[in-house]
Amino acid sequence: MARIAWIVLVLLAAGTSLLERAGILAFSGLGTVQAVLVALAVLAMLADAAANFSEVRRFGRTIRMVIQKDLQIEWRTRARLNGLVFFALATLLMFSFALGPDTAILRRNAGGYLWLGILFASVLSLGESFRIETENQCLDGLRLAPVDARAIFLGKALGNTFMLWILAIVITPVTIALYDVSVKEGVLKLFGVLLLGCFGISAPGTIYGAIASNARARDVLLPLLLFPVLIPSLLASVKATGLILEGDPMGQLGSWLGLLGAFNLLYWGLGFALFPRVIEDD
Amino acid sequence: MRHWLLTYDLGTRLALYAPLVMLVFVLWLFLTHLTDPPSRKWTWKALLGIAVGMFLVQPYFALSWSPPEKYMGDVYRILYMHVPQLIMAMLALTINFGCSVAYLFKKSWATDSLAEATAEVGLYLGAVGITLGSLWAKPTWNTWWTWDPRLISAAVMMVIYAGYLTLRRFVEDPEKRATWSAVMGIIAGVDIPVLYFSVKWWRSIHQVQSNPSTVDDRMVVVLRWSYVAFAALTIVLIYQRFLAAQATRNREVALPEALPPDEGLPKAAGQGALP
Repeated sequence: MARIAWIVLVLLAAGTSLLERAGILAFSGLGTVQAVLVALAVLAMLADAAANFSEVRRFGRTIRMVIQKDLQIEWRTRARLNGLVFFALATLLMFSFALGPDTAILRRNAGGYLWLGILFASVLSLGESFRIETENQCLDGLRLAPVDARAIFLGKALGNTFMLWILAIVITPVTIALYDVSVKEGVLKLFGVLLLGCFGISAPGTIYGAIASNARARDVLLPLLLFPVLIPSLLASVKATGLILEGDPMGQLGSWLGLLGAFNLLYWGLGFALFPRVIEDD
Repeated sequence: MRHWLLTYDLGTRLALYAPLVMLVFVLWLFLTHLTDPPSRKWTWKALLGIAVGMFLVQPYFALSWSPPEKYMGDVYRILYMHVPQLIMAMLALTINFGCSVAYLFKKSWATDSLAEATAEVGLYLGAVGITLGSLWAKPTWNTWWTWDPRLISAAVMMVIYAGYLTLRRFVEDPEKRATWSAVMGIIAGVDIPVLYFSVKWWRSIHQVQSNPSTVDDRMVVVLRWSYVAFAALTIVLIYQRFLAAQATRNREVALPEALPPDEGLPKAAGQGALP
């Protein structure tokens, strides 16, 4: 009961803010209505969590253990992260070779190159994240474990986000040095945008990675499926990163972050709801 | 402004409703076809005949009878193909989204086949529609393509559904293919409202949807006529593709695990007689 209540309230709040942004819905007091909706949703969520305390704790533990498992596998060889970093660096170098030594162009488009480097590396990272699951039928083991498949999704996707974020943080100084840019709006803001953008890549990336890992020609399939759905969030990430690097005199950052956040919510919600059907076996 | 009964083009006023009558007739034929198997011998031919017949007279209406536009002159006439085609593409892809949701709630080969059919037909109509729009953009905007929310979201939609059809070709297991493509159809469906509302949400170079009160009546007649012609064509295409997809599904599902041994050939080692 409380669960249905908070889901409906969250959807209402999100829907009204979306309609407001689109200019369809506008009346005085809308902000108050939304605040009340969010407050009620938080209350209902707390009530739901209190009523199902053991279930919630179990869900959280599953997420934590999936992340821990992935990071442990990664830490034992550190092969994936090393490979990713050098791949992304090579990509960044390639951009400066391909575009010639015109520093003005490189500086202006630095945000775009940074995100393309992350995007190309993310395909490798997401593919690898599910390749380790197909080895020795690990995915079957996960599926047989008496845990919620949605917790597995959150664990895998959060692990992928973390990995991509580390990669982004490592290659950011190189981008700054290579393309001779200065971070006008502060490094913390930049890392925040990078994190949001990595969230945006890894939710659809986890679903499509799970699909592609079981299909024929998975190396072709993953980028083909993933890149088109990433275009909106990638566009927002590139614009936001560019504004942080170049300075934001017009205050446009908020609207791009809003778009990025909206697509994040959408894709994480869809992934959360649909992932159990992706890995089911019948 | 005179009362419409006094205007000279009373015929045009009445003609506004002719496409609607045709639409009702097309839908009635299709429903009869679905619900009354004995009538299938003629309903199908009638539906196809209407689609072809409407397209035979459409060029006269679109190119000669309807008046030129105030600013664009004759160039605008491509909209009689471009607009209905993209609207039908969006309708087909919306049906695809509905089928994807329905499949995840209740497994059925019919919804899966319909999803495949609508994705293919939607991709075809959308690709041709975008090409026509590009042809129109060259004389009007002086460029074949520009980076605009409407154009980007249309292109993204085409690439997403091309990926969707690729996924379907790459997965052999029919049940897995159906589930995964349903998941992908839902994620892809996000782009359809973005495409439709992009001209209203962002400042786009593309025209917003017009309505009958702001354009010449003859234009409304021709546009409606084209809508119904494309609707009939879309129904024909989706339905035929659906039947083909159903036949493919039946063949895939009926396929035995292993083929029986050929008569008269020496048996392989360890191969016993089949029960």
